[in-house]
Amino acid sequence: MSTLTLGVSRGHVELIQFFRDRTALVFTFAFPGMLLLLFGTIFQDSYDQPGVSASHVFTASMIAYGILATAFVTMGAGLAMDREDGTLKRLHGTPISATSYILGKLFLVLVLSVAETVVLIAIGVFVFSMSLPDASHWLTFAWVFLLSVIACSLLGMAVSAIVKHARTAGAILNVPVVALQFISGVFIYPVTQLPSWLISVASIFPVKWMAQGFRSVFLPDGMRVNEAAGQWELGRVALVLGAWCVIALVLCLVTFRWTRPDR
Amino acid sequence: MTAIEVRGLRKAYRGREVVSGIDLDVARGEVFALLGPNGAGKTTTTEILEGHRRRDGGEVRVLGADPGTAGSDWRARIGIVLQDADDAADLTVGEMVKHVAGFYAGPRAPAEVLALVGLTDRKDSRIRTLSGGQRRRLDVALGIVGRPELLFLDEPTTGFDPEARRNFWDLIRALAGEGTTILLTTHYLEEAEALADRLAVLAGGEIVAQGTPAALGGRASAGAKVSWRVDGVLRTEQVPDPTPLIRELVEAKTDLSTLTVTRPTLEDTYLALIGAHR
Repeated sequence: MSTLTLGVSRGHVELIQFFRDRTALVFTFAFPGMLLLLFGTIFQDSYDQPGVSASHVFTASMIAYGILATAFVTMGAGLAMDREDGTLKRLHGTPISATSYILGKLFLVLVLSVAETVVLIAIGVFVFSMSLPDASHWLTFAWVFLLSVIACSLLGMAVSAIVKHARTAGAILNVPVVALQFISGVFIYPVTQLPSWLISVASIFPVKWMAQGFRSVFLPDGMRVNEAAGQWELGRVALVLGAWCVIALVLCLVTFRWTRPDR
Repeated sequence: MTAIEVRGLRKAYRGREVVSGIDLDVARGEVFALLGPNGAGKTTTTEILEGHRRRDGGEVRVLGADPGTAGSDWRARIGIVLQDADDAADLTVGEMVKHVAGFYAGPRAPAEVLALVGLTDRKDSRIRTLSGGQRRRLDVALGIVGRPELLFLDEPTTGFDPEARRNFWDLIRALAGEGTTILLTTHYLEEAEALADRLAVLAGGEIVAQGTPAALGGRASAGAKVSWRVDGVLRTEQVPDPTPLIRELVEAKTDLSTLTVTRPTLEDTYLALIGAHR
């Protein structure tokens, strides 16, 4: 059996299990959509750009949240759970490779992230009358999306190595998720309201760049003046997200283990 | 041919040694049992042999390879029955067996494996709905689906009812009959006696006795206790061989309707062995 075939086989059972577990479905998957509905309804400000409302800004930015929830949290908590319930131990006693196992997880995360993003965009379009961008923007969307999913999944995996108990994984993983959203222009927009040192901190992490990338796709070009640099800075988005993919991959290779460390 | 060869195996957790220099040889096709109280080092030893744990010292060869570094081809030749797995709770029994069968080049048919462990009628049940004993039978199914040359069973029948345990024994005998080498750890002495060709008793991280179930710890030469009643009064004699005594009693026309001849059970021997160690 090839590594890829087994990876797809793992992805298949990962998906079956995810969708049969209603708790995961509701709390990981439906939560970003619910927050978008709330935020978009509560904050109705409009900007000096014609046809742009706060709900459109939230729709674009919250795709970053959606990916954090499906990639970072699902991956991190999933791996901690697999280490605890014997999944990894079982697989390590069979010929399957670690690469196939991880491919399966990435496959799960990719499917969930696409579905999550479709839900968020659908809410933006059908509930908040956001218009979809033209073709050239979708290319930007594609690479921002892929880099975001890869960086977040690998980071989730790396972080899972320091999570001791699967029970607490969700809580631990959500701390950086929520904190970074406050300082990265997802919940608080424009980000320029924040003290500049806080913006500098946020700029180290991927979330700011993910949200900025998605805003560049879905908002009119004039909205770029609300960004920290007054620009979409797509080159820098690519650079920072790419760098995080590499850092996270190295962290994973260093920290991944099949079983819990010796007592 | 040797399936498992261990020399001077050592393992410590945070400075506390739990395996202190074990030597073991298990031949191909043999059913070998590791007995011992909780904390004796059975699971640690087994996990080192399975490649799940690193050893601190000693030499280990399992199917000709070092489990610490052996790769995917080696793992295709062993089967591991986990002791405490709780995984794949939302898959059905059939889905999980089929999934794991897909990891091997020449697996048993999933339906055949389910029949072997008696889970055919639970094929479409979610794994989380299985009872403890059924869950362990699924673990056995997942351990044998890849047609392993060597099967590790770590306390496989914990939580089984008596009938399930008997069925499980039949299954192990059938696998052994096909030439599968089996390393079994168990608390149940009757299980070791029923299944094992040879066994070793582990206590405090050391092997305190090793041999066939019949001869373990000098059991074969330990003699017998002969008891009978004369006019309701119990008479007991400990003899190396009961034959002359019984012949004497018969010739003396003693009433032997209450005669018993007992030899030390495996349990007596075992308790004496681990008791001496403490």
